[in-house]
Amino acid sequence: MNRPTTLLDDALSFDDGESNSRRPQNGRVVLVEDCVETSGAFVLHHLIKRFLSPNVSSSDSIVLFVAFAQPFSHYDRILRKMGCNLAAQRENKRLLFFDMLMLECPDDDVEGGLIALFGNIQKAVEVNSSNKNITIVIDDISLLEVATNGSTKDVLNFMRYCHTLTTQFGCTIIIVLHEDIYSSGDGFTFPLQLEYLADIIIKTEPLITGLAADVHGQLTVLNKGTLDGFRSSKGKIHNFHYKIKENSVDYFYPGSRS
Amino acid sequence: MLVPEKMAKYSVEKIDDACMRMMYDRQGYNMASSKVRTSSFSRKVQVAPTSSVPGLKYGPNGTIFLSSGIPDLDKILGGGFHLGSLVMVMEDTEAPHHMLLLRTFMSQGLVHNQPVLYASPSKNPRAFLGTLPATLVSKDDKSLKSDAEQKDLRIAWQYKKYLGENKPPIEERDGKVEYCNDFDLRKPIEKHLIAGNRVECVGLLDCSSLAGIRDSCTKFLSQLPRFDGNITSAGRIAIQSFCAPQCEYYDKEWDMLSFIRSIKSMVRSSNAVAFITFPASLVSPSVSKRLQHLADTLLAVKAIPDEDKELATLLTGYQDMLGLLSIHKVARFNTQVPVILDATTYSMKLQKRRSLVLECLNQAPVDGSSGSSYGTSGGCSSSSNTGTLDF
Repeated sequence: MNRPTTLLDDALSFDDGESNSRRPQNGRVVLVEDCVETSGAFVLHHLIKRFLSPNVSSSDSIVLFVAFAQPFSHYDRILRKMGCNLAAQRENKRLLFFDMLMLECPDDDVEGGLIALFGNIQKAVEVNSSNKNITIVIDDISLLEVATNGSTKDVLNFMRYCHTLTTQFGCTIIIVLHEDIYSSGDGFTFPLQLEYLADIIIKTEPLITGLAADVHGQLTVLNKGTLDGFRSSKGKIHNFHYKIKENSVDYFYPGSRS
Repeated sequence: MLVPEKMAKYSVEKIDDACMRMMYDRQGYNMASSKVRTSSFSRKVQVAPTSSVPGLKYGPNGTIFLSSGIPDLDKILGGGFHLGSLVMVMEDTEAPHHMLLLRTFMSQGLVHNQPVLYASPSKNPRAFLGTLPATLVSKDDKSLKSDAEQKDLRIAWQYKKYLGENKPPIEERDGKVEYCNDFDLRKPIEKHLIAGNRVECVGLLDCSSLAGIRDSCTKFLSQLPRFDGNITSAGRIAIQSFCAPQCEYYDKEWDMLSFIRSIKSMVRSSNAVAFITFPASLVSPSVSKRLQHLADTLLAVKAIPDEDKELATLLTGYQDMLGLLSIHKVARFNTQVPVILDATTYSMKLQKRRSLVLECLNQAPVDGSSGSSYGTSGGCSSSSNTGTLDF
């Protein structure tokens, strides 16, 4: 079945393996960067819906959702409006929801807390790894930093461990990062490190002219591309505007909407 | 670059997209409903009667609103603060304008007989309760009406139609349950409301770590478990100048952040609103940004200097202005659609030296230009929090 594609899907080139019998989207790290003015949550919702929708050719995909930002009911309601029932998916075991709203790593044993969290993720991945696409979603990594009392080093180590899962089990990892936190120029390397790990960087920004009712912001998608094959998507930057609606998001090129 | 052909193709595809998505969505809903849950869109509105509890009202997406105590702010925010949300106010370090918001927020809670927890870095937090404003008692309804009429007369005719759109539903509600009161900032609140009510006061000065405050918040919130069916009451947590430098925990940035984070998640799972003001310029920029991200609703207040000639010529009604209120973020519960306001900066004024009102900034007519001022002031507001004024 030919799925409707949007500019965002094109830019991500998650083309469901139609052109390629292998699963090209495997083992990617997607970094969603946003700021106070424009939340990048909608990209996350879009991707979750995409990975859980029943007519993806690989219907045996599983989403592992590590949520620090919002409770389950919030995501459930939003995705229901988009036509994806998270509660049902959770019962079908296609969605594994880790509610981390209250997670606190004890001061003296931050590392232990993160190791335990990674252990849970790894276990879940291993159990489900047989011939399935697994997507790990972390919303958002800045809150994980807060939960670990600011030991950025440990969070980075945690991310590197998660990154090993992409090669080992072919997991896709989606991370949300509030990029403007680190823009004050105090020599933060955290976002750079994450950008280095990432294969695709999606950045949401407000328009320079401010927020408007019909254009909610602009997306910049940097697709570092895959090394296998001779695909043309290598290192391509896509830039377009978007407007968020309850059940979908409109993506369009600047100026292409009257 | 797009060639025209491709553009045309795109638009067709887009239409197809829309149709497909609609069909698909509908299928999705049906499947879901037949398989697992009874219905995907069971709104709280249908389950419970509207506003069974005074001081609360149902909003879209299964949310419940609680009044901020300023009718205009409620209107701007689309009904008030979401129950379960974290409201943060960025203070102007040189002026106490955030106290106005804090006072009305607390008073409104007391008037609705809601439990209030107040924390502040002052020596004697309980003394602050004496400065809370009382509800504006008009001698009788007539004076209220004439008030409203007067307001109508004062407003320039261009704006009338805009006001007319927003007004009726709110007034209707006001008449029924007094969802939001006007407060008289010159009159202290009735003694019995402070004494008889469940107001808890915590000093931020004496605690060396935030664990103590967190415990009292936990205890406070445990009285207000999350809505299960019918809500009996909602609580308000008000914390003044959270990151004030005189507090001992001031240099422990991560403690403060994790405190706010835990407050946020606790409030989210209970029937309460946390209202926290903080001096954004006194914490490091990255911490300030983190706090802004943590906030569900983000406001900022700013004083305006008394004799700023440039501003005075730029804005009408400059003399009556107390300060500026900017709305940077409006809570987005159960929805991904951002709330885009007509204007993000409003002027705070005292009406008849008593009640706080918010007004759109109106650009004063400049010599030689005779355009309508509304277009330039209301329409082109930017959300950037860089400048002092945005238009």
